[in-house]
Amino acid sequence: MAAHEEEVLGKAYDSRLMRRLLSYLWPYKWQALTALGAIITNSALQLAPPYLTKLAIDEHIAVGRLEGLGTIAALFLGALAGSFVMDYLQTWLMQMTGQRIMFDLRMQIYGRLQQLDLRFYDRNPVGRLMTRVTSDVDVLNDLFTAGVVAIFGDIFTLLGIMVVLVVMDWRLALVTFAVLPLIALVTQWFRRNVRDSYRTVRMWIARINAFLQENITGMTTVQLFRREAMNYGRFDDINAKHRAANIDSIFYYAVFYPAIEIIGALAAALIIWYGGLRVMEGVVTLGALVAFLQYSARFFRPISDMSEKFNVLQSAMASSERIFTLIDEPVAVQDPDAPAHRDPRQAPHVRFEHVWFAYVGEDYVLKDVSFEVLPGERIGIVGATGSGKTTLINLLMRFYNVSRGRILIDGVDIRELALEDVRAMCALVLQDVHLFSGTIGDNIRLGEPLSEEAVQRAAVAVGADRFISALPLGYKSPLGERGSSLSVGQKQLLSFARALAFDRPVLVLDEATSSVDTETELLIRQALEVLMRGRTTLAIAHRLSTIQDMDRILVLHKGVLRESGTHQELLAERGIYYKLYQLQFQERGAEVARRE
Amino acid sequence: MVRADRSAGPWRRLWPYVRRYRQSFSLGFLSIVTGTAVQLTSPWVLKLAVDDLTLGVTRTKLLYYAGLTLAIACVGGFFRFLTRRVIVGISRHIEYDLRNDFFGHLQRFPMGYFQATRTGDLMSRATNDLNAVRMMVGPSIMYSASTVLTFIVAILAMLSLDAWLTLVALAPLPLVSISVKVFGSAIHRRFERIQAQLSDISAIAQEALSGVRVVRAYGQEPEELERFRRANQEYVDRNRGLIRLQGVFYPSMTLFLGLGALLVLWQGSIEVIEGRITVGDLVAFNAYLVMLAWPMIAFGWVTNMLQRGLASWKRMLEVLDEQPAFGDASTAHTTPPAAPPAGMKGRIEFRDLTFAYNGRPVLEGISVAIEPGQTVALVGPTGSGKSTLISFLPRLNDPPPGTVFLDGVDIRTLPLASLRAAIGFVPQEAFLFSDTLADNVSFAPEVASLDGPAREAAVRESAAVARLDKDVADFPKGYETMVGERGITLSGGQKQRTALARAIAMNPRVLVLDDALSAVDTYTEEEILSRLRGVMRERTSIIVSHRISTVREADLILVLDDGRIVERGTHDTLVAEDGAYAELHRQQLLEEALAES
Repeated sequence: MAAHEEEVLGKAYDSRLMRRLLSYLWPYKWQALTALGAIITNSALQLAPPYLTKLAIDEHIAVGRLEGLGTIAALFLGALAGSFVMDYLQTWLMQMTGQRIMFDLRMQIYGRLQQLDLRFYDRNPVGRLMTRVTSDVDVLNDLFTAGVVAIFGDIFTLLGIMVVLVVMDWRLALVTFAVLPLIALVTQWFRRNVRDSYRTVRMWIARINAFLQENITGMTTVQLFRREAMNYGRFDDINAKHRAANIDSIFYYAVFYPAIEIIGALAAALIIWYGGLRVMEGVVTLGALVAFLQYSARFFRPISDMSEKFNVLQSAMASSERIFTLIDEPVAVQDPDAPAHRDPRQAPHVRFEHVWFAYVGEDYVLKDVSFEVLPGERIGIVGATGSGKTTLINLLMRFYNVSRGRILIDGVDIRELALEDVRAMCALVLQDVHLFSGTIGDNIRLGEPLSEEAVQRAAVAVGADRFISALPLGYKSPLGERGSSLSVGQKQLLSFARALAFDRPVLVLDEATSSVDTETELLIRQALEVLMRGRTTLAIAHRLSTIQDMDRILVLHKGVLRESGTHQELLAERGIYYKLYQLQFQERGAEVARRE
Repeated sequence: MVRADRSAGPWRRLWPYVRRYRQSFSLGFLSIVTGTAVQLTSPWVLKLAVDDLTLGVTRTKLLYYAGLTLAIACVGGFFRFLTRRVIVGISRHIEYDLRNDFFGHLQRFPMGYFQATRTGDLMSRATNDLNAVRMMVGPSIMYSASTVLTFIVAILAMLSLDAWLTLVALAPLPLVSISVKVFGSAIHRRFERIQAQLSDISAIAQEALSGVRVVRAYGQEPEELERFRRANQEYVDRNRGLIRLQGVFYPSMTLFLGLGALLVLWQGSIEVIEGRITVGDLVAFNAYLVMLAWPMIAFGWVTNMLQRGLASWKRMLEVLDEQPAFGDASTAHTTPPAAPPAGMKGRIEFRDLTFAYNGRPVLEGISVAIEPGQTVALVGPTGSGKSTLISFLPRLNDPPPGTVFLDGVDIRTLPLASLRAAIGFVPQEAFLFSDTLADNVSFAPEVASLDGPAREAAVRESAAVARLDKDVADFPKGYETMVGERGITLSGGQKQRTALARAIAMNPRVLVLDDALSAVDTYTEEEILSRLRGVMRERTSIIVSHRISTVREADLILVLDDGRIVERGTHDTLVAEDGAYAELHRQQLLEEALAES
């Protein structure tokens, strides 16, 4: 399951990943640079208030002079207003850039998903792919909006304060900076321990989730075997370990924040003591002392902030690793460098030559299959479940590449043709009709610019118009989730209308008639007649009755093409087809007997 | 399990969880109060120091003030340390209690509950919602208490320094509250619109990814990409509105607080020059104003945490308020697992059983008595009611009263745990846990709690009956092989055989197989059945199957159709009758022939 993969925590900082992430920032370099400028300006402006306080005390209060105080107030107001503007500018630019990068990343991921072959989809459940498109990208947004940028701001604030302090009085500044090694020490200690305990907590929460998931899914088994008490005990055990790990990590936080404050107070105490002495000596003004105190209070806030950013960085690295793995996934089925083109409206001559195929490893589901389909021919494909029927279609549509052998279309290897031309030749109808959210009309025309008339003509021809027109909104009726408002038969008719509207020379039916009731079946059979008219047809059928009239029937058995011929010829052969036919005849008989 | 009146409001329902930590909570509050109070004295020290500096000061006094500042920080820091440890610690304890109760409660729900509820939904309540509840009882209490205290004390201190200046300094304060209110709800609305758009994006992607074959076949990749692009663009556009608001909101907070500081500097300087207050007063005043900034910001944040926590707690209560299965306490985790009842014979009777589900009849007038030691087989088409019928035996579904009897006793009157101890049930979809094979086979508590060698022997014996032994021989780690996600993936047949071994290991009076060998090849199935006959000589077996080969040897075969028993007899009599069973028989002979060709 994906959960384990999602829990893996990598390094907090990986320069290779970081460089690649920053490349997404490149198109927005001007916005980013402007934002950086705003951040620096803002840091500088925020240095003003303590300094203005110093001026007010030294130049006005100490000497009892009121005039000029207005200038200081005006400057103060100016700094506030400037800081407001810069802050707004910075937030706006950086957050919008973050949004645009997310947009770009999502489009890139989604674009890659549209290219990857079905083998990839076999390996990766849709839920996992969804996580890549949604939450993994969201995590990266935090990096751009909260993480990287804020760290820059913090660094500039720190540097700015240090410069101002040194300029005001370098001796007092040095005394104040004496606490810096302590800060470094405490932060180091905190970071090291928190990282470890964060890992432990994550590990236990992953265990809790896995255990819960498994026990909820298998709850019936738990109950049947009266394991409630024992499994509760095991859950309690994991739960308690998770609690212990968390309480451990509280300790580090509980020590860290007060410790930083105490160090801050130590700096204040040093300023009061040493600064006070300097004031007594008349070297430092009272205003400067007050300003020193105010600056030092601002000095420690960014430091405790920075350790919080650490977590953002860590999860961003893990997410970007997963996203890049997907983006880098090689596309196995794609256009050749110089694709051959053929007119997809032309009926093809299809030839399978010694085709072998395995979904996994050497586990072949098709073994040395060869056959030919002439333009306009109607071919039925039969065989038991797992005999490889659907695989034949998957290969013809080039959803997968053949493992061995080749498929020729008008004498050209399918792998040398443009993918688009191959697929645009066939109209595919599946047993499970896939409907999209949107109206009924949208589901017939999909993304093609077909007129209302063309859509309706197709629906009329397959007999779907009757139920569609009966709906209050007709072709504009919205479909519920996956067409939940329609019956199975109606959905099937809709997919027929879709196939007809696309008007392609080859019709491919994958068990398209197997799951409907008898009345709908009649409708569908009539629709099929319309669909097949003038088209090359390849139909997989479970019910032999639907393919009896085909020009040729191919019988697949355990991945091997065993028989081929017309209904009558195959019956006369008394082989597999004959047995299948008898079996179905029996089944139908039993069914009829039961219904009566 | 904490008991509480189910009809009480959500706050009252939380009380029992909070109450057991009331002593720690008291300690936490005490340390919040002390810590905050101590820390609020430091600007006062500053005032004294600055005043002394203007009036003349000695070196000792400077040292004294410096020491005092540091001492205050140390004492305050100690209490802050204590507060976090205690309050956040409690929240972890409450989280632990809640999670245990949640899980214990889930364990008592009937099968139907889990079929009707998505696992993901339950998981999110046990993880995301639980975390929000924890934040509500821990950090949000801690922050709101210290916020309120700081607010009150700082304003009191400011008032005592200079009432007029306090009024001036707090003039921009209403602006802060108003903008929190106005922006807060606007931000919330936009945020919800953004979330809605995000779920649209997910829906579009989900649809296209799960229908990938149709998308490819009809060459709709560019159109899908365009649809996704539009949704994605809309998401960016909606975010733009939020960012614009946030871009104004947070900086305006800083602006309002800065305005306060500006007014203090302006008005305060005048007052100092006019001699109404000292420089020290002004400096201390400023320091208090800085301390007020934090409660202002924390206020919106804490209310948000409380709102989220309450909503999540209500979602958790939806599950916790659900009545457990049949109100039978014998299966609760607090009760030790029941031993299989002694002296049980295993005589089963269905007496005129009629059952409807959602108004649709599933079973009608089923009457059959099964003697101890008999093997009874159920056959019939999908949906004929076979699985429903046998699901009553371990009460996975509850039968109507007076219809299902074990040794002459209505199973509804038996303690659930003893009933289930008597019945070994093997479902079609074998569920195995990601543990070793041995752990899975010895799943029943009475087997799991055996000591090493005895347990190993039980595992080996039942695995041999289920013909799992020949597969295990190929595994390098034998029965210690891990299965599932972190181990090997078993084939469908191997899973079914493990599930069978698991049921055999508990040595049940009645063994029920619900099409439990469907993925096992016919040859192996033959072997298993003959071994089972040896083990089950004294016991009752009920076998549901689609295969004639499985049921051929049964003492009694029941053919179900549409919820009724349409034929009953042995293989030979039923074939002679030439009815539905005989039809099925012929069909399978053909299938066998086909499989061999």
